[in-house]
Amino acid sequence: MSAERVLGLSCRLCGKRYPKEALNFCTDDFGPLEVIYDYEEVARTFNREAVSARGQSMWRYLELLPLDGEPTVGRHVGRTPLVRADRLAKVLGVSELYIKNDAVNYPTLSFKDRVVGAALSKAVEFGFQTVGCASTGNLANSVAANAAAAGLEAYVLIPDGLEQGKVLGAMIHGAKVIAIEGNYDQVNRLCSQIAFRFGWGFVNVNLRPYYAEGSKTVGFEIAEDLGWRAPDHVVSPMAGGSLIGKIHKAFKELELLGMLDGPVTTRMHGAQATGCNPISATVKNGVSKVRPVKNPRTIAKSLAIGDPADGFFASKLIRETGGWSDDVDDESIVDAMKLLAETEGIWTETAGGVTLAVTQRLIEQGRIDRDESIVVCITGNGLKTQEPLLERLARPVVIKPSLEEFEALVEKFTPALAAV
Amino acid sequence: MPVVRIPTPLRPHSGGLDKVEVAGGTVQELFDQLGATYPALRERLFDGAELRRFVNVYVNDEDIRYLDDLATAVAATDEVSIIPAVAGG
Repeated sequence: MSAERVLGLSCRLCGKRYPKEALNFCTDDFGPLEVIYDYEEVARTFNREAVSARGQSMWRYLELLPLDGEPTVGRHVGRTPLVRADRLAKVLGVSELYIKNDAVNYPTLSFKDRVVGAALSKAVEFGFQTVGCASTGNLANSVAANAAAAGLEAYVLIPDGLEQGKVLGAMIHGAKVIAIEGNYDQVNRLCSQIAFRFGWGFVNVNLRPYYAEGSKTVGFEIAEDLGWRAPDHVVSPMAGGSLIGKIHKAFKELELLGMLDGPVTTRMHGAQATGCNPISATVKNGVSKVRPVKNPRTIAKSLAIGDPADGFFASKLIRETGGWSDDVDDESIVDAMKLLAETEGIWTETAGGVTLAVTQRLIEQGRIDRDESIVVCITGNGLKTQEPLLERLARPVVIKPSLEEFEALVEKFTPALAAV
Repeated sequence: MPVVRIPTPLRPHSGGLDKVEVAGGTVQELFDQLGATYPALRERLFDGAELRRFVNVYVNDEDIRYLDDLATAVAATDEVSIIPAVAGG
C-alpha cells in the first residue's frame, strides 16, 4: 500500500496542514486536527468488490483508516451485526428499523474497540511504548485490553465512582488504573497535561485525530450491510460528540468514492441524558455556542461529558442534515434498556437506553418518519452497567425442587397453559 | 505573582517556557501582560477580544466559564492553565 494515501493532518478551522504526528490541535488557533487522505489513491484499491472479499473486521476498510501500514492492534475489531429489529419496530410503530449492535464488539464489548484499534495501531507506528486515555469506562476497558494484547504499557484515568464492571474491566488487564477525585472533564484536563508532559500516546488526546477515524467504521458497516446505501435516519449517542460526525463522514466518503446507491440524505440525530445534555440543549435552543454542564448527573455515566470536545461540530451537523437532538431522564433510560432486551434480546448499557429512548421520542414528535429507514446505534453492553437495574428488576422466584410448586407457579404466570 | 502554564506545543511562542510568572489581578490582565511579552502567543489564544472557541482556561482547578470568564479574579498564589479543548470523548 502506498504511504501517500494518508497525507497528514489538517486543521478543521483554518486548514493549516501538519505532518503525521501525535498532535490533536492546531498550534495557530487550537482547532481540531483531522486526518486527510488522497482519495484518488484510496480509489485505486478500494471498491465494493474488493471490500466484500476481505476479512470480517473493521480493517476491511483499511484504505480509509489512518495507518501507513497494516494494523497491529485490534485486528479482530468490528463487523458487528446490523440487526433488523422488526419486533421493536412494531412497538415503536415504524416500518424499517435496525440496531447496529456494538454491544458485542471485540474484545471489550463497546464501539470503543474501533477507535482504540486505530489509535494504538498508529501509536505502534509512531513508536510509543506507553499509552493511555481519559475515560468514562468503555474506553478504559478497550485501551487496557488492547494495550495488554499489544504489549504496551497503559495508564488509564477515570473519574472516581464508575460502575464496578467498568473498573474491573480495566484492572483485569494489568493497566495502571487511576481514579481521579472529580468528574470526567477534570480527568480529561489532567490527561491533556500528562500526554505532552510525559510524551506518551494518549488515544483521545495527542492521538485523537487517528483515534476518531476509527469511528467511521460504524458508518461503513451500516452502509455496506444495507446493501451499499445510507439510511434515512441514524440515531447516535453523544458524549464528546465525535461518533455522530464520523458516521456521517463515513457515508460521505463512500459517496465520494462512488460506492453508494443514491446520494447521502441521512438525517443525523443525537441522543443525550437530561442530566448531561450540553449538545442537545445547543440544538434545541438554536444557539451555536455549547454551554458546558458543570456537574453531570445521570446513570448513563459513559455519556457524562459536560464539556464535549466536538459539541460544536455535532450540533452543526445535526442542524445541517435536518436531524434533531433530545435528552431523556434516568427512568426512561432503564425503560428503554428493558424494551430493547425484551423485544430484540439485546442487553445494552445505560447509554443504549438513552439512544433508544430518544429514538422513541423523535418518532413520537414526528421528527423521524415512521415509513423511513432508521438505524439506532447501540454502543455498549449491559453487563458493564448493572447497578441501575438491580433495584428496577424483580428478583427471580425461588421454589423447592418440586413439580407441584412449579405447576402452581405456571398457573400463576400462564393460566391458559396450566389448564391444558 | 500568579503563574500561567503554557501547553507544550505552544512553548515555541513563550520563549520555551512551560510556566510564566505574570502580574495581574484578573485572567484578562494576566493575558494582556502575557501578550505584551509574547505577542505570538496572544494571537493564538485570542480572536479579537475573545478567547478562541477551542481554548479552555482554568484558574487552579476551575474552568473560568464556571467563574467570571476573563474577568475571573486571580490571586498571587493562583495557577492559570491554558488547555486545548479538543480532547476526550
